[in-house]
Parts: sequence; C-alpha cells; structure tokens
Amino acid sequence: MEPGADVGSAEPAPDTAPAGSRRSTTPSQDLLRGFWRENPVLVQLLGLCPALAVTNTVANSIAMGLATFFVLVGSSLFVSTLKRLIPAEVRISAYILIIATFVTIADLALAAVVPDIHKALGAFIALIVVNCMILGRQEAFASKRPVGRALLDAAGTGAGFMVALLIMGTVREVLGSGSILGRPLFGPGYEPWIVMILPPGGFLTLGFVLLGFGWWRERRDAETPRVRRWPHGVTARRAA
Amino acid sequence: MSGELAWILVSAMLVNNFTLVLFLGLCPFMGVSARVATALRMGAANIFVLVITSMSVWFLNTFVLQSAPFLRLISFIVVIASLVQIVEMAVKKFSPALFRELGIFLPLITTNCAILGLAIFQTNRGYGFLEGLSFAVGAGLGLTLALVLMASIRERTELSDVPGLARGMGLVLILAGSLSLAFMGFAGLFST
Repeated sequence: MEPGADVGSAEPAPDTAPAGSRRSTTPSQDLLRGFWRENPVLVQLLGLCPALAVTNTVANSIAMGLATFFVLVGSSLFVSTLKRLIPAEVRISAYILIIATFVTIADLALAAVVPDIHKALGAFIALIVVNCMILGRQEAFASKRPVGRALLDAAGTGAGFMVALLIMGTVREVLGSGSILGRPLFGPGYEPWIVMILPPGGFLTLGFVLLGFGWWRERRDAETPRVRRWPHGVTARRAA
Repeated sequence: MSGELAWILVSAMLVNNFTLVLFLGLCPFMGVSARVATALRMGAANIFVLVITSMSVWFLNTFVLQSAPFLRLISFIVVIASLVQIVEMAVKKFSPALFRELGIFLPLITTNCAILGLAIFQTNRGYGFLEGLSFAVGAGLGLTLALVLMASIRERTELSDVPGLARGMGLVLILAGSLSLAFMGFAGLFST
C-alpha cells in the first residue's frame, strides 16, 4: 500500500480495504491486521491530527488512545449491527452520527473521571469525530462484516492506534521533559530538549519513527531469501 | 474593536496556525500539498467553508444550544456536513466550471478537522459574530499559507537527490517539522 494515498478521503478507496474485497480472513487475521501490518498511524498515516497533537506526554497519549479505542469499538458494534437498516445513500452521515454519539460519551466520561487530562487534551477529544481512521474502518469493514468480526477488527485497529500513540508519547516525553509519566529519568543534570514537546517535535518524531520503520523493513526484506519474490517466480515459469 | 478583530485574524493565521501549530487539518495538508495550484484551490475552498461554518455555529450557539449543551458536537457535525452538501449543490448548479475545478476537495472538507476545530474553538472562546468571522478568515488564510509553502517545498524536493529511504511521507513530515519550527518564531509577535 502506498502510504498517504488515501489520506484525507472520507470514502476510502476500495483498494485500501483488502478485507472487504479479498477472500475471507480468519478471526486472528482480523484482529492482528490493524495492530501491526496495517497500523493506522505508522503505516496508513490516518488519524494524524491527534497522533501529533496530544502525544507530548505519556499520560495524554494513554488517555487519547483509550478514548479512541472506546469510540472505535462502540461505533463498529453499532454500525455492524445496524448495517441492514442504514440506506446506502446516507450511510456516511449515519456513521458520523453514531461516532459523534460515542465521542460525546467519551468526552463527558473523561471530564468526570480525569478532569486534568481532559483539560490538557482540550478540543482534541471532540475532534475524534473527524478522525479518518474511525470512519475508514466503518466504511471498509464494519459495514460489510458480521458483528463479531467487526469488533475484532476495531479492537485490533484501536490497539494499533494506541501503540503508535504510546511510541510517540514515550519518545517525546523522554526527550522533551526527561521524564516518563511525570517521573524524572535522568536526574537534575539533564537539559530537556524542549522542542520535542512543542508542535515541531510532533512532526519530527513521527518523521523519524517512519524513517526508522522504513529502514527496519528494508533490512528485513534484504534478509529474506529471494526465492519467495514474485519476479523470480515469473522468470522461472517463463524459463520452464 | 477593529484592533481586536485584526489581532484575532493575525493570531489565527500566524501565531496559532491551524496546521503547523495546532495540528488541525493535517489530512489535506499531507494529501494535496504536492502541487502549488491544487494547494491554492484547496485553500480557497477551505476559507469559504470556514466562513460559512463560523456564521452557522454562531447562529446555533446563540439561538439553539443554550438549552441543550450536550448536543453540541452532534449538531455541529450535522450542520457542517449539510452545509458542505448544500454548497456543493449550489456551486454545481450556478458554476459548473468552478465545481469541476474543486472536484473531490469540496465534499472531503466535511471530515477536515480544521472545520470542526474552528467550531469548537469559537464556542470555547465565546467569540461573537464579527470575532468569529475574522477568526475563520484568519484560520483559512493560515491553512492556505501552510499548504502553499508545503507544496512549493515539495515541488522543489521532487528533483533533488533524496536518499531512497527518506522519500515519501517521512520526508514530508520532517519538512513539516522544520516549517513548524519556523512558525514558532511568530510566537513572540504578541508579547503582552
């Protein structure tokens, strides 16, 4: 998949939804796909706004990840249950309404339980509504599959989002404040790299994390035996 | 009064630039910033939708939502989605040429978090009608500025010798980081 090809589209192109179009997948594939191979932030580059905006501390990342996980699982459950009742013409609006309902619940719950973090996250809790990752999963998966599979897919994707947020939050808090979850790591001699907790740090951290993953993938591909590669198979068949 | 409005406009455009400082509207920022011409058109469409959103949010806040604040988010998103739909139909009817120019960008603006973000910020800060308008124009100009800057940089990097690993989104994000660093300089513009 080409990263960024689908970024910004409300209606994901069919080729970004392999599960809906390809032959059937096993439940464990549904669960694990969103977690790693199609990680929403690190691979598909969806839902970037919260991933960059609220990851300046680990605590904020965890709260944002949990809230998004809850909204994604809840709306997948509803969309998948109601899929026969929602007319195709107004499906996007219906999904948005369902998502907005769950976001309102999450917003009020966070305000009641952890008011400090709710204040720190600010408008970004409400902005979960327009997270393209959530709408994308409804359109590509939950609206076509049975309830159980939709829940597995939502849990996997939500967990993948949470892991990406945690990676970003850890890197930024450790470098930018020299602490983790508010506990100092390096002692008083450490001069915090302030820019990492400011807006530019978000862009730079994700950029370098993506570079790191690209490097790792290149290394891994170089190590796998070439026999399994497709062009080799083609030449072998042509030669035969 | 007019000084106040100008302050809001410049602040939304530069100091608190929606894209580079507040991380709103990143999807179009990454998606359609490959060409300067498309970036300009996208920016113009955004300014237009931001302005009508600001007006209708003011109307909702003043006349409807006083009695039911928990419906805020749902009513905002419904109003934004239907406004974009109406604008799309109107543009298609009265100016087919412009409609073709804007293409897919117009409907996609619904899921642009900058629009909903504007609605929420405007409500939280308690802006009146004129203040909301100048906030919307400033935010739109800021989005356009960021998009055009990014598109110009990306057009240049296309022909430069970038290592294969960094080509693609990693490079775009690091470029955005440097742009964002530059915009941090505006933070000292209003030291009150």
